Amino acid sequence: MSIVTVQLGQCGNQIGFEVFDTLFSDSHSSQGLCSKRENEAYQASCKERFFSEEENGVPIARAVLVDMEPKVINQTLSKAAQSGRWKYGQHAYFCQKQGSGNNWAYGYSVHGPRHEESIMNLIQKEVEKCDSLSGFFIIMSMAGGTGSGIGAFVTQNLQDHYAHSLKMNQIIWPYGTGEVIVQNYNSILTLSHLYRSSDALLVHENDAVHKICAKLMNIKQISFSDINQVLAHQLGSVFQPVYSAEGSFHYRRNPLGIDWQVRPPISGLPPLGKMPLNKELHFNTSIANLAILRGKDVQSADLEGFKDPALYTSWLEPVDAFNVWKTQRAFSKYEKSASLVSNSQFLVKPLDMIVGKAWNMFASKAYLHQYTKFGIEEEDFLDSFTLLEQVVASYYNL
Amino acid sequence: MTQSVVVQIGQCGNQIGCCFWDLALREHAAVNQKGIYDEAISSFFRNVDTRVAGDGGSISKGKISSLKARAVLIDMEEGVVNEILQGPLRDVFDSKQLITDISGSGNNWAMGHKVFGSLYQEQILEKLRKSAEHCDCLQCFFIIHSMGGGTGSGLGTFLLKVLEDEFPEVYRFVTSIYPSSEDDVITSPYNSILAMKELNEHADCVLPIDNQSLFDIISKIDLVVNSGKLDTTVKPKSLVTSSAGALKKQHKKPFDAMNNIVANLLLNLTSSARFEGSLNMDLNEISMNLVPFPQLHYLVSSLTPLYTLADVNIPPRRLDQMFSDAFSKDHQLMRADPKHSLYLACALMVRGNVQISDLRRNIERLKPSLRFVSWNQEGWKTSLCSVPPVGHSHSLLALANNTCVKPTFVELRERFMRLYKKKAHLHHYLQVEGMEESCFTEAVSSLSALIQEYNQLDATKSMPVADIPRLSIAM
Repeated sequence: MSIVTVQLGQCGNQIGFEVFDTLFSDSHSSQGLCSKRENEAYQASCKERFFSEEENGVPIARAVLVDMEPKVINQTLSKAAQSGRWKYGQHAYFCQKQGSGNNWAYGYSVHGPRHEESIMNLIQKEVEKCDSLSGFFIIMSMAGGTGSGIGAFVTQNLQDHYAHSLKMNQIIWPYGTGEVIVQNYNSILTLSHLYRSSDALLVHENDAVHKICAKLMNIKQISFSDINQVLAHQLGSVFQPVYSAEGSFHYRRNPLGIDWQVRPPISGLPPLGKMPLNKELHFNTSIANLAILRGKDVQSADLEGFKDPALYTSWLEPVDAFNVWKTQRAFSKYEKSASLVSNSQFLVKPLDMIVGKAWNMFASKAYLHQYTKFGIEEEDFLDSFTLLEQVVASYYNL
Repeated sequence: MTQSVVVQIGQCGNQIGCCFWDLALREHAAVNQKGIYDEAISSFFRNVDTRVAGDGGSISKGKISSLKARAVLIDMEEGVVNEILQGPLRDVFDSKQLITDISGSGNNWAMGHKVFGSLYQEQILEKLRKSAEHCDCLQCFFIIHSMGGGTGSGLGTFLLKVLEDEFPEVYRFVTSIYPSSEDDVITSPYNSILAMKELNEHADCVLPIDNQSLFDIISKIDLVVNSGKLDTTVKPKSLVTSSAGALKKQHKKPFDAMNNIVANLLLNLTSSARFEGSLNMDLNEISMNLVPFPQLHYLVSSLTPLYTLADVNIPPRRLDQMFSDAFSKDHQLMRADPKHSLYLACALMVRGNVQISDLRRNIERLKPSLRFVSWNQEGWKTSLCSVPPVGHSHSLLALANNTCVKPTFVELRERFMRLYKKKAHLHHYLQVEGMEESCFTEAVSSLSALIQEYNQLDATKSMPVADIPRLSIAM
């Protein structure tokens, strides 16, 4: 089962490179304590998912690179080729001459439709190379113009053309103190559109990853390269193969196969009491948790703590909300490692903050002329605000 | 990758332009060691096989044959342009891309705008179209001129309207030299205010600069260079005013040092679009992020460091000093104090060996001492370009959309009114066909409206930041 990755914009392409590099390095690193045969199964599974084979033996990433200006794609293609270990497809990229100018409207309404055919053709070519497609992994930032605007547009297209395949978007949440002044506008427009067409949004906050680099890894002068490598490590630890069933030693076929659709109980959600504004979140309530264990002692690890009902919302049983995946094969030279993918309230505060700042700016009408110029009107903004306020409220009520 | 065309008009515009091309060649020569014509160079230069006659000589790839500036040179006197064409940069300019006249505009905006405008409109269009044809993807026109004279001010702003009509999708970035209060051209307030109306209406972005600030920066540098202290040996190429390593070896003209500062401004502004980096910033992002309302498009700039000391070890304290300096009023290229006025938006464009953590640390450190408008409290746009300027290991260009431009405009209006009340020199303008008193009153109105916008923003400075009530959702 294969995943086709779409890397969009500077952020998406820079991260995408690190992800493939990490996946490749890990699959070729030492096998740790698992058997040779198992290691080979792991490697084969990883390869099938993320790489296709070239005649002279250099694996090609199953990826399409998209950017509206050439510098980053050129760098990404050459970095991969120079490594000699893996590379991107020679024609697997789409590039233009002039970027989206940090303008979501330009990315979504101008570049998207203009280049729809070319981009979808490239994706189709990658899909055809797969024996069996399990889904799409779209890497993009929210703050800029290309990743955010074209990312939203492409995801919508994937929804239309590949309705039965899973679409997961890797979203980079920008630093709280500006990288881009209009980042809050771009973010709310992106999120509201993705909510309608994506199956899952995997979020990484720049601020959080930055803290990891500073506090946990003690890096003094943190570069984007450092940040992207941490990100890639986290993603790799989620996407690399795991056993398909409890006690089995075969690798799970569908890597994106978490049941991402969380369904509220048939009887409906419990009635809403009076909702105080800015209710203090004492406890991070989850609706789904996935723990992934790799390496030594995975079979004997005690995960009872994750099954505590207090962690979950009242209308879910832990048995429905908590999952574990395992493999004895070590990840990236760590004797033991564990990852947690969580659908919980952790994003409520950041989301609330972005919506608040965007709303403040919207009320003053600042920068709106830059968006209306390309067909994104005030109503589109209002629709986005409405949708996201609903998301915030829904999570608050867990 | 996109291309930009520089249009240099009038004496000031052409002298600055000349310094710009000189330093641009120096920068690309330092980065591009192999002599291959790459996309970075193509943003400002064409590659031409000069043996081919006529227009067919463009070479799009491969080794550099002969570089031609993407420039149009306009002046209504011949002196300056002729000197350029006889100087060390003569081969850089395409001799067909010039428009000159003999008599000059007599420091009269009306002469430049109305008379020469209509006289040369066709030629101007032709040269601009030609330069656009040579571009694969033209993104921006950079116009360089002064506000106080006749040609740069009058014809320069006439040109803006032409550009807007003919190339509506291409950005118009204007570098305008404003007259200082000791300016020796008596009618400079008239010329400047008549020009400002055009800038208000037809420019995407204006970088106002005044001579006095440039002069003060030079004095500061001279103090350091000539202080003779043992540990203050300055690397010659690093001086923001120097031409070391460029074609024009020494400062022949008194303004050369000042012009080099402006040239460096333009190079730094475009560096992230031309060269690679971990957080790129294209030219279209400048206007997207820094212009919240169409008429508020005046950006005050500051460049640091002004020089690099020869001491190679740069402790992080010095890096942080670079950020602090960018906000000090002594480093602004215009008489303005952004720290004590209100920010609408701020861009920090960093070059060289600086990482995201350095940038973030300094933003956190400096933020408390700066005031941002209530709806843009985190109004920072940042970029990291890996290639430093010549002679430096890192540098910073700060662009501020800040109410600190207001005093300059207010003072200009006062100087204008002093002359206008007495109708001094007005006949020189009114005798030009197409000029009426209403041109003056409309221009002052336009400026007053702009000043009023800044006033209204300043009034919010001391008000507490009120939270606008959010949408309430029925679930």
